[in-house]
Amino acid sequence: MKALKIIVLAKQVPDTRNVGKDAMKADGTVNRAALEAIFNPEDLNALEQALRIKDMVPGSTVTLLTMGPGRAAEVIREGMYRGADNGYLLTDRKFAGSDTLATSYAIATAVSKMEYDIVVAGRQAIDGDTAQVGPQAAEKLGIPQVTYVEEVEKVDAKGLVIKRRLDNGMERVKAPLPVLITVHSSAPDCRPRIAKNVMKFKHARTLTELQDATEDYSQMINNRPYLKINEWSVADIGADEEALGLSGSPTKVKKIENVVFKANEAMVIQANDKEIESLIVELIENHTIG
Amino acid sequence: MNNIIVYCETNGNSVAEVSLELLTKARSLSGQLKVQVEAVIIGNDLKGLEDQLYAHGASIVHKAEDSRLEFYQTLPHTSIVVEIFRKEEPQICLFGATPVGRDLAPRIASSLKCGLTADCTSLEIGDHYEKKTDTTFKDLLYQIRPAFGGNIVATIINPGTRPQLATVREGVMKREETNPVVKGKIKNWNVSEIAKKDDFVIEIIERQIEEKRVNIKGSQIIVAGGYGVGSKENFNLLFQLADVLGAEVGGTRAAVDAGYIDHDRQIGQTGVTVRPKLYIACGISGQIQHRAGMMESSMIISINTDASAPINSIADYVIVGNFSEIVPKMIKYYKKNSK
Ligand SMILES: Cc1cc2nc3c(=O)[nH]c(=O)nc-3n(C[C@H](O)[C@H](O)[C@H](O)COP(=O)(O)OP(=O)(O)OC[C@H]3O[C@@H](n4cnc5c(N)ncnc54)[C@H](O)[C@@H]3O)c2cc1C
Ligand SMILES: Nc1ncnc2c1ncn2[C@@H]1O[C@H](COP(=O)(O)O)[C@@H](O)[C@H]1O
Repeated sequence: MKALKIIVLAKQVPDTRNVGKDAMKADGTVNRAALEAIFNPEDLNALEQALRIKDMVPGSTVTLLTMGPGRAAEVIREGMYRGADNGYLLTDRKFAGSDTLATSYAIATAVSKMEYDIVVAGRQAIDGDTAQVGPQAAEKLGIPQVTYVEEVEKVDAKGLVIKRRLDNGMERVKAPLPVLITVHSSAPDCRPRIAKNVMKFKHARTLTELQDATEDYSQMINNRPYLKINEWSVADIGADEEALGLSGSPTKVKKIENVVFKANEAMVIQANDKEIESLIVELIENHTIG
Repeated sequence: MNNIIVYCETNGNSVAEVSLELLTKARSLSGQLKVQVEAVIIGNDLKGLEDQLYAHGASIVHKAEDSRLEFYQTLPHTSIVVEIFRKEEPQICLFGATPVGRDLAPRIASSLKCGLTADCTSLEIGDHYEKKTDTTFKDLLYQIRPAFGGNIVATIINPGTRPQLATVREGVMKREETNPVVKGKIKNWNVSEIAKKDDFVIEIIERQIEEKRVNIKGSQIIVAGGYGVGSKENFNLLFQLADVLGAEVGGTRAAVDAGYIDHDRQIGQTGVTVRPKLYIACGISGQIQHRAGMMESSMIISINTDASAPINSIADYVIVGNFSEIVPKMIKYYKKNSK
């Protein structure tokens, strides 16, 4: 069958799973600098599904798309080390402050500039846990969505056969192309870096990174065009500024509170027979148990 | 007009628990806003389900029935709900933060270009003053949710777009029937007129849904174990205690990840939220993400070898010691003193 063009949506996120004490500032806001920036875990599951489709249909390409600050190019390099062919970084101050609606608008606008058969997203990003960007991007692209994907089992000219993970069961569906899928954490882990690819892509850079670099990489990029990570601004994708950033985001954060639990005076019970029995008797008498 | 609409899910021949919880919450919000509560229900054969919806406060039930809608599908449900929202112009719409709600609501929000807040744990009505434009927005929906791995709680608002959309976690709102039940009315929507042929391009080939085996959410007493319980065998002790007390057994993510207990018993931010009468925490340190799912328990007993475990600060009773010695004593003295 004909080779497929696969786009993976991947986000760089602060590692909220290992939040230490210094992660919260005194004013109750998050100190992003204290948190390591990582490849969003479920986006790695998404990348793996994309690479498996590429394995199934020879000649297919996997392109990463990420929106974020300049350093999010790290996600693209990481993806290329693991087998993606190339990547696009959507970066512009005007994207800053976007909620999921504005983010999905930006992403869908960029995707529609590219050729694609399948868009693969993670189910959700661990910074917001919203799981909204995938379905919203699908709606904006006007294509169907299949969420909570555990495995793309079959690919043929008519489309995909997909196994979905649901709360207490599974569903198998057939989806035509083009389609957007969101991949669940129960899907297989991403394959590790491939040494050959690390060698090949370790100097891959965006133009902005090249400008900041002390060494002169430009010569190298001219000779080896695959080392160029594409960078797109709002103007490059022809997006409507009003629909981006804070002005394009209908949701506003009114208040943020650090989670503090009020401590109440606990009654301390000694671990001996007498005290445990009297606790049990008390609970029976006040009808908590029994 | 400008009422509150709850998107209701069904499982087989009843309305999903979370939808009834949301109707109950919508009722209290509607009292503050002086509007009514409406329900949307979509499926193949929905006969009689309206009675459950009336009993929880819906005064209008929007029904869309079609033989092709036996099982939930994103695209036709989106088209139907969007059409209903466009015609009815609700001010607030609520969905369960379930696999269905979290698949559907973002698609609808994108189509209507409206704000959507995921996974709320609390909803309130309040005003908002915007300094930049010197405007006061009256009676907004405060959508309150944990964020950043549970380390912060954010209040989100949608001042400028309607409806205000939110998905709400299962189990965080209490379900209550109205008394007396006021019978509402049904409004039928014609699916073939609304849903396009293209809405049915995804074909469901197979579905395997297991009946929920455990129902920790509904249990009045929960015996929960953490990583400190140490093994799957040791969890048997907790099952024995649960058995004599008529309780269910739950666990922390660390216990689930270690394979001590099944995933469907996980309590916390990424598990179930529970609010039992009594919560007995054995070998649980009480990290934020776990407390988020159990701190509204009426009474908490903590059994932990570490007197300074964080869970002890929200416990009513703290027993410092090894659960493997304490739990058998609890079983023994319960048997001796009950009946
Ligand atoms: C995004 C995110 C979501 C999460 N969601 C959840 C969630 O939904 N639910 C959840 O539970 N966690 C969740 N977690 C994980 C959470 O942060 C904690 O890691 C977890 O709750 C810890 O479980 P624990 O208390 O069983 O283990 P530990 O923290 O290892 O605590 C074990 C406790 O057992 C005590 N102990 C040891 N031996 C004994 C003994 N013999 N008798 C008595 N006490 C003993 C120890 O003193 C200690 O206090 C989440 C984390 C993240 C980042
Ligand atoms: N800034 C972004 N850049 C690229 N992909 C994103 C971005 N934000 C979200 N996504 C994709 O959308 C999914 C869901 O994100 P969220 O709605 O934030 O939970 C993620 O797993 C990514 O695949």
